[in-house]
Amino acid sequence: MKIHDKIIDDLVPKKFNKKDVIWVISLVVIILVGLIAYIDQLIKGQEVTNMRDYALWGIYISNFVFFVATSFVGTVTVAVLRLTNNSWRTPLVRIAEIISVAAIIMAGITIMIDMARPDRLLNLFIHARLQSPITWDVIIIPTYIVISLLLLYFPLLPDFAILKNRFEKKSPKLSKIYGKLSLNWTGNKAQKLLQKRSIRIIAIMIIPVGLLLQTIDAWLFSTTYRIGWDSTNFAPYFISGAFVAGLGALVTLIYIVRKTKKLENYITDYHFDKLGKFLALACLTYLYFNINEYLIPLFTAKKGESIHLETLFTGSYSVIFWLVTVVGLILPIIVLLFKKGRKPLPMFYIGLIVVIGSWWKRFVIVTPTLLHPFLPIQGVPESWHHYFPSMHEWLITFATLAMALLIITLCIRFLPVIPIQRTIDELKQQNIDKDKNIKS
Amino acid sequence: MEENSKNNSRRKFLNKGLKISLATAIGGFGLSKLNSKLNAKTAIDSGETMELMTTDGTLIQVDSSEVVEVKHSKEHDKKYNVREGMAHRKFVMVVDLAKCKNALKCQNACNKHHYITGDNAWLKVYKMQEEQDTAPYWMPTMCMHCDQPACVTVCPVDATFKRKDGLVLIDNERCIGCRFCMAACPYSTRVFNWGEPGQEVTLNMAMTNHMPSPEHAGKPSIKGTVDKCDFCPHAIDNGELPHCVTACPNGVFYFGDKYEDTVTNGDETVRLSKLLEEKSGYRLMEGLGTSPSIYYLPPVDRLVDFKDGLEDFKEFESVEKSE
Repeated sequence: MKIHDKIIDDLVPKKFNKKDVIWVISLVVIILVGLIAYIDQLIKGQEVTNMRDYALWGIYISNFVFFVATSFVGTVTVAVLRLTNNSWRTPLVRIAEIISVAAIIMAGITIMIDMARPDRLLNLFIHARLQSPITWDVIIIPTYIVISLLLLYFPLLPDFAILKNRFEKKSPKLSKIYGKLSLNWTGNKAQKLLQKRSIRIIAIMIIPVGLLLQTIDAWLFSTTYRIGWDSTNFAPYFISGAFVAGLGALVTLIYIVRKTKKLENYITDYHFDKLGKFLALACLTYLYFNINEYLIPLFTAKKGESIHLETLFTGSYSVIFWLVTVVGLILPIIVLLFKKGRKPLPMFYIGLIVVIGSWWKRFVIVTPTLLHPFLPIQGVPESWHHYFPSMHEWLITFATLAMALLIITLCIRFLPVIPIQRTIDELKQQNIDKDKNIKS
Repeated sequence: MEENSKNNSRRKFLNKGLKISLATAIGGFGLSKLNSKLNAKTAIDSGETMELMTTDGTLIQVDSSEVVEVKHSKEHDKKYNVREGMAHRKFVMVVDLAKCKNALKCQNACNKHHYITGDNAWLKVYKMQEEQDTAPYWMPTMCMHCDQPACVTVCPVDATFKRKDGLVLIDNERCIGCRFCMAACPYSTRVFNWGEPGQEVTLNMAMTNHMPSPEHAGKPSIKGTVDKCDFCPHAIDNGELPHCVTACPNGVFYFGDKYEDTVTNGDETVRLSKLLEEKSGYRLMEGLGTSPSIYYLPPVDRLVDFKDGLEDFKEFESVEKSE
């Protein structure tokens, strides 16, 4: 029993310390500044961005794609590792689920920021046309939000019951909320069976929905004639890219959570090693699709395509392109091949590089294509030939990123980041197995 | 156990209740519809009958209550649904590149009549040269009014639509400003109102009692929505040609109806099929399968010198600013 109490002690959500408070306040400030910028954009119109008739989509869209990609981590770690019976996932899944929820909610908000007439949002339902990929997005994103929330919520039920008891004296208010959320969980057989079944259904459901989400995101681009987007490779390319972005975010956050919450006993080098191999697999898959996307077209490049590839390889976007490809993708693969590279600290840096690389990667996918239309760009001001985000766009984008981090921070504050009941159960199972081994 | 069965019965009750109320709602709705239809047919007989002759000459007797005077409308032939378009028409344009010398009168007229205030005109005259060794030429472009319009396919709210008479128009009252149509259009023909358009026409609208319509794009332009060439159905309605056609001093543009197989540039009226055959008409980016409504005649046997147009060529401007 003592061990169980210690586990609960270790894993129970704790109050913010001074550093946490400063962190949250700075996030709120960034969000407020972004909100002011957004209100200004609403009043003046999207004039305040640097998007124009040629670069008609900018970082709002690439940021949206980044959020959608990152939200894939829930599907990958929770569902896929669950179905393949990889038990090392236990201390990682809750954080993955939290990232997923935060990212997909922010994806939904970000895409509305790009809409020039958010006041006509309801038209998407009133006049919905099923053949438009945007309508598919309108259907799939809320679906994914609901499934992600359920996948976060169902496994939390026993933990909520534990937290309810835990906070009974210390904070009756909080205890009451936890009690409500636990849906009268007592841990009897019927409840356990029901919970197990529900989680299984959701875990299976999230795989096709997650794949569809990434696919539809890719189809937003590949259903146009544009050079660089008009590619049958795009959906798997986006799926593997989401695999990378999501895992990168997971690795980074796991390291930070482990350090600030002192969970070294629960998230060990072993877990980082496994996660490192998983990330390496993701990066290799993504590299494969990158080769398909950029190298193979070189052989049959039509004129437009070769101009497009030239801008990426040696032209105005070459610096970002090569940084994203070499530092953001190939370097992680090399580091992760070594056992030393899969230790926590190097993994943290790799994760960070992968996340930043993933963000800029989406920029490289969206912008250069738009600046290479079929007809030459003529008769518009010189500044329309290029695109770099305006101050409004940066402030608003930073605010969305800060909002995602705030959602994650609040989740970590109030939810146990490592499943308590599961950890206890697994420990029990291990002890039983040990006893059996001794006896036999 | 007891609680369980109690629960079950409550569930059953709720389940049944829901189904019954749903069925009642649907039934009631159906009955009221039926009732209204029946009522419309059976007006009370007046007892008096009238003798009428049908179009094929037979006499019939009809109850006089069923005879209603038909309202004669002057615009009887013109009335059509804005989204459906004019019946039995298919508008096309032919652009003769051999005659174009970048005079830009078309662009100016278009900008003026559509009150364009932005920086990107709907009608552009491109300075084209595919390769160093191939000849340069001037190529006016506007909305191609494709029969397989990529923009219409991707629009999530049916704000941009294709009509039976071939026109692709935009409902600026519905557009949500996602710009997907602009990304989809391979001809880069669509322009966006990034800020407040600042048109004078907006001020005058209340005085002239003009209702905004997709048939006269730009009158007025609306912030946060897409605009483009509308093929001037407001002019066609008045029996006039689109503004670019009448403005061109060189007769580059021919406008007409494909079903009538005639197009005109204002000076001469010609058979469309014959013109396309004799001068090897083609369409822009045929390979994409968009099947545009605009045909081009190649710049052969040119009536004008390419260099004459260089004078008016402005790389970075297509809408003249009044200041």
